[in-house]
Amino acid sequence: MKRPANVAKLPDLPEEIRAAVLEVTDRLKDLPGALLPVLHGVQEALGYVPEDAVPLIAREMNLSRADVHGVISFYHFFRSHPSGRRVIYVCRAESCQAMGAVTLEKHIKQRLGVDFHQTTADGAYTLEPVYCLGNCACSPAIMVDDELQGRMTPARFDAWLDAEAT
Amino acid sequence: MSFTVYVPRDASALSLGAEAVAHAIAAEAARRDIDITIVRNGSRGLYWLEPMVEVATSTGRVAYGPVQKSDVKALFDADFVNGGKHALSLGLTEEIAFLKNQQRLTFARVGIVDPRSLDDYRAHGGYRGLEAALHMDGAAIVQAVTDAGLRGRGGAAFPAGIKWKTCHDIQGGQKYIVCNADEGDSGTYSDRMIMEGDPFVLIEGMTIAGVAVGATQGYIYLRVEYPHAQRALEAAIAAAEAAGYLGDNIAGSGKSFRLEVRMAGGAYICGEETSLLESLEGKRGQVRFKPPLPAIQGLFGKPTVINNVITLATVPIILEKGAAYYRDYGVGRSRGTLPIQLAGNIKRAGLVERAFGLTLRELIEGYGGGTASGRPVRAIQVGGPLGAYIPASQLDVQIDYEAFVAIGGMLGHGGMVVFDDTVDMAAQARYAMEFCAIESCGKCTPCRIGSTRGVEVIDRIVAGNAAEREREEVLLRDLCNTMLAGSLCALGGMAPFPVLSALDHFHEDFEASATTAAS
Repeated sequence: MKRPANVAKLPDLPEEIRAAVLEVTDRLKDLPGALLPVLHGVQEALGYVPEDAVPLIAREMNLSRADVHGVISFYHFFRSHPSGRRVIYVCRAESCQAMGAVTLEKHIKQRLGVDFHQTTADGAYTLEPVYCLGNCACSPAIMVDDELQGRMTPARFDAWLDAEAT
Repeated sequence: MSFTVYVPRDASALSLGAEAVAHAIAAEAARRDIDITIVRNGSRGLYWLEPMVEVATSTGRVAYGPVQKSDVKALFDADFVNGGKHALSLGLTEEIAFLKNQQRLTFARVGIVDPRSLDDYRAHGGYRGLEAALHMDGAAIVQAVTDAGLRGRGGAAFPAGIKWKTCHDIQGGQKYIVCNADEGDSGTYSDRMIMEGDPFVLIEGMTIAGVAVGATQGYIYLRVEYPHAQRALEAAIAAAEAAGYLGDNIAGSGKSFRLEVRMAGGAYICGEETSLLESLEGKRGQVRFKPPLPAIQGLFGKPTVINNVITLATVPIILEKGAAYYRDYGVGRSRGTLPIQLAGNIKRAGLVERAFGLTLRELIEGYGGGTASGRPVRAIQVGGPLGAYIPASQLDVQIDYEAFVAIGGMLGHGGMVVFDDTVDMAAQARYAMEFCAIESCGKCTPCRIGSTRGVEVIDRIVAGNAAEREREEVLLRDLCNTMLAGSLCALGGMAPFPVLSALDHFHEDFEASATTAAS
């Protein structure tokens, strides 16, 4: 199917971002309902979905910028800014609450010196809330990147963080 | 001789150190020159014993747990590869009371088989359901699912056979099977266990659904929080394709069915079926108005069967053993078995699959052994963040869909989150509204605005004096009624359940907080 040309001028993009986005869109744009797979692909390649890349994604997908922006901002998982080197997801859901997640959450925030959605000053960790990691039988749970950790306590978190630092 | 040792690759077992245990066992076996094969199985669901290591012996599988890597040397010293006695010995796995007193139909193979091995799946009865289905016409398959009394295990408990029949009866054209694997309810993890521990059963169930209604394409819409499940599913799909169980001419039948995993974006609302379809189409996951039903106009406007993981994973055994076999488990209009998940503050957290009809008390006290903290049980939230808080005084309620509706609750996905007597129920009520505000898709006003106002009103109740509290409580109940009656979907329509149940059963917490705030 011929796509009508989107004539709006695209903002300048660093070459590596442009190349990464085009690699993903070329590979995935013809899937039915391709936008989510494309956004996952871009975030996997770059660690985030740069705001400046939205017009390029929109053009390649034959969507409006508003459509693409609307989807990115709707889903908690997609980020518009780079994260820290590791992302710590802390479960805030009921099962974890029943096992001390509120205390754990406060401890982690204090220990890292950041609130949710923020990155530590040294760029090492981004802290994100999550509503259920499916590890409810081993509450409370956190996930670091995609490594799940169960029965977490403030002391175990500190031990983990210290081990990470060495 | 060669020994077979099982170390789970289930995400929860991994979260407790199973990977390090597997490495330590391999290293220690090599050091001692013992020939072992390590199978990375799913979890048996006895999570207080994870990581649980099993060995195959002539009398059956023998379990040890919970095993840490520091225990491995001592296990070898105790000759555990021959079932030797050790402080962590649990005896024959099948004889552990928690497991022995279950009725595992959907979970028959979970924790037993190697989830990456199609041969193992087949050796344990896999694909017999599909083989039976391929000798039936679509209408007969749909009839079997209807006769079995299988209801959606995702929350609404709608009869699966009726959904399938609606889709089946539409003639021709592209149709889809969509698996809702966006299990976002706190306290539920049975979907994850199936996908990681027996992914082929889900693939088989979806294939049977495709054959039944004439759909040639399936999608598994999977939570982004489940990276382990993604890997397990993709490995299983590739194996099923390679063996001719997916693709064109499935199992030599001339029928075709393809399957793809699609990752979600971390939005709770996408567990609602029409939001999920919007998301699969690459849009914001906003709820659709119904009608039209997805079975008539679903994904990309085409007829679509959308079911939860457990629902689809239960289909193979119905086709293999017949509708009556499945239906004869259960009570009333709740037929078959429910995989119940014990979570929260509970001593023995884990998966219990039982026929409908046992009581909440049997589960919490019998299987679960009471709270992990040793304090009294105060409340149990059943069915996820939108489920009511059941007070300990109602523990004798029977586990079936209608009995739960009768006490103002819902069984939902069968997740049970236990709280001890230190819980602040006003805080839990506030959390329910806060959660709804964060996760609302924004399409309808009662949910979008009502949830934010709900948080504010609860804050005023706990901060206020007696007169203010009474006035605000009237407001809160009115707001809850508006949300119940006026919301477009279950998120806004059910968020009042935990709030109202907290108000009704734990009213003192709203007052106690106020007293504390005033003093």
